[in-house]
Amino acid sequence: MTASTTAPSDPRRPKLTVKDLSVFYGGKKALGPVSMDVREKQVTALIGPSGCGKSTFLRSLNRMNELIPGCVVTGDVLLEAKPIYGHGIDAVAVRRRIGMVFQRSNPFPKSIFDNVAYGLRIGGISGASDIAQRVERALRQAALWDEVRDRLSESALRLSGGQQQRLCIARALAVEPDVVLMDEPASALDPIATAHIEELIHELCKSYTVVIVTHNMQQAARVADYTAFFYMGELIEYDRTDVLFTKPGNPRTEDYITGRFG
Amino acid sequence: MNPFARAFRNRAGDLALATATGAATLLILGILAVILVDVIMNGAPRLSWTFLSSAPTHGMTQGGIFPAIFGTVALVLLMTVAVVPVGVATAIYLNEYASPHGRLTRAVRVAVNNLAGVPSIVFGLFGLGFFVQFVGTGIDRAFMGGQKAFGQPALIWAALTMAVLTMPVVIVVTEEALRSVPRELREASAALGATRFQTVVNVVVPQAAPGILTGTILAVSRGAGEVAPILFVGAAYFLPHLPSHLYDQFMHLGYHVYVLSTQSPDVDATKPLLYATVVVLLTLTFLLNAAAIVVRSRMRRRFAQAAA
Repeated sequence: MTASTTAPSDPRRPKLTVKDLSVFYGGKKALGPVSMDVREKQVTALIGPSGCGKSTFLRSLNRMNELIPGCVVTGDVLLEAKPIYGHGIDAVAVRRRIGMVFQRSNPFPKSIFDNVAYGLRIGGISGASDIAQRVERALRQAALWDEVRDRLSESALRLSGGQQQRLCIARALAVEPDVVLMDEPASALDPIATAHIEELIHELCKSYTVVIVTHNMQQAARVADYTAFFYMGELIEYDRTDVLFTKPGNPRTEDYITGRFG
Repeated sequence: MNPFARAFRNRAGDLALATATGAATLLILGILAVILVDVIMNGAPRLSWTFLSSAPTHGMTQGGIFPAIFGTVALVLLMTVAVVPVGVATAIYLNEYASPHGRLTRAVRVAVNNLAGVPSIVFGLFGLGFFVQFVGTGIDRAFMGGQKAFGQPALIWAALTMAVLTMPVVIVVTEEALRSVPRELREASAALGATRFQTVVNVVVPQAAPGILTGTILAVSRGAGEVAPILFVGAAYFLPHLPSHLYDQFMHLGYHVYVLSTQSPDVDATKPLLYATVVVLLTLTFLLNAAAIVVRSRMRRRFAQAAA
C-alpha cells in the first residue's frame, strides 16, 4: 500500500493541503508519504493505534517536528495554497498561523492573564487595552472567562486540569490562528472536563479549522466532521466521519473501529 | 545456615556500617567545631568597630583591616559582574543553540571540565601573563600613551582572573538548570510563534533563574576564599588607602591572613589580629553565601506560589 490520496468531495475549499508528506527520525521513516486535504472550518480527527504516526503527522502541520533533533520532513503542506515548508519560509511565522494545543496542559508559571497574553506580546502587540480585549475574547472563546474573570492575576498553575487545558486553548486562540492543532487534548482529563473540551471544539469550528489527534474513537465520532485513520505510518482511510465509522472502505479501518486491534 | 543466624549477621553488618559512617560524620563535625571554637575564642576579643573600620598600622601589629574587607568585597562583586553574564551566555549557547552532539559543543564541554580541574595558582600565572602583561600593557600602549596604568597588577585583573577560575562552576550549574526546564514549556512557547530567542528570554531563563543563582552562589563563595590566583595580579601586601580605580591594587582578607601569619615582624603582637581577620573572612564568606541563598529561596518561593 502506498500513498493514500483520499480527498472526500466537499464544496468547502481546503484550508491545508498535504502533499506527499513523509517524516523521518534519524533516517528512519516514521510517516508517509501522506496526501490529504483539511477542510476549512471543519473538525478533522486523526485516529489510529499508538505509534501509527498520527501525532507525528499533526506536529508536521505546523513544523513543530523541527524542534526534535534528527527529524527530517519531505513533501509539503500548503496553507491556503501557500507552502509552509521550503526555502525562505519561517517556521515561526507558520506557527503564528497554525496554533497547537498539547496532550498535557502546559501553562507557563505565570498569571492566567500573562499566559493568554504571551503570544500577543511576543507577536509585537503592545497596547495594554488591546491586549486586555484580546485576552478576554480568547478566554470567552475557550469558555473559561466566567470562571477566571476575577482572578486573572492568579497563577495559571492554580487552575484545575480541565481549566488549565482550556487556558492553553485560549492561549492558542489569542493569536488568532487560521488552524488549531490539538494533540489528544482531553486524554489527561476526567469525563466532565473532557465533555467541556469537546463542546468547546464543537464551538471552535465555527471560526477555526481544527485538527485533533485522539485515541478515543467515540470522541472522534462525537466531535469530528472528517476522520483520518492512520496505521503503521500510513494514511489508510480518510472520509466524512459518519461514512468512515459506518461504511469503512478498508478492512483495516473496520478492524480498528470495531476494536479487533489497537 | 540457620536463617536467624543469617539475619543476626546482617544486623551486625548494619550496626557496624552505621557506627563507621556515624563516626566519620562525628569526626568531620569535630574538626569543624575545633576550627570554629579556636578561631572564635582567639579572634573574637580583638574584634571591634575600630578593627573593622581602620587600616593596619605599626607594621600591621595594630590597627584594623578595613582595606582588606573593602578589597575582598570589591573583588567578589566585580568578579560576579564579569562571570555571570559570560558563564550564563555560554551555558545558554551550549544548551539552547549549539547542536547537542556536535563536535564544537563537545569540545567546549571538555574544555570547561578541564578548566575546572586546573590548580588555582595556574590561573594566577595565566592572569599575570594574559590580563596584566598582554591586555593591560596593550591598553596602556594604545590609550595611555605608554604610561603605566593598566599594565600592572590591579583590582580589575584580579577580578577577571577570579572570573575565569569560577567560570566552569557557573557554566555547569546553569546548564543543569536550563536542561531541567520542561520541554513542554519550550514547545508551548514555540507553538505560539515565539522565536528561539523569545522562548529563551521569556520562558527558559526565568524558569532556570534559581538554578542560575545557585551557580552564582558557588562562584561567589569560591571567589571569596581563593588567594592563590590573585597573588600575582593585584593583591597588595600593604596598602593603607582604598583602591579608587579599577587599575589600583587592593588588600584582600585571605592574602592578609597569609601576610600576617608569615611576614610579621612581631608574631605575638600579630596573633590576635590574625585570628580576628580569620573570623571576619569566615563571616564575610558566610554572609555572601547567605545573601545569595536568601535571594534564591525568595525566587523559589515565588515559583512555588505560582505552582501551588
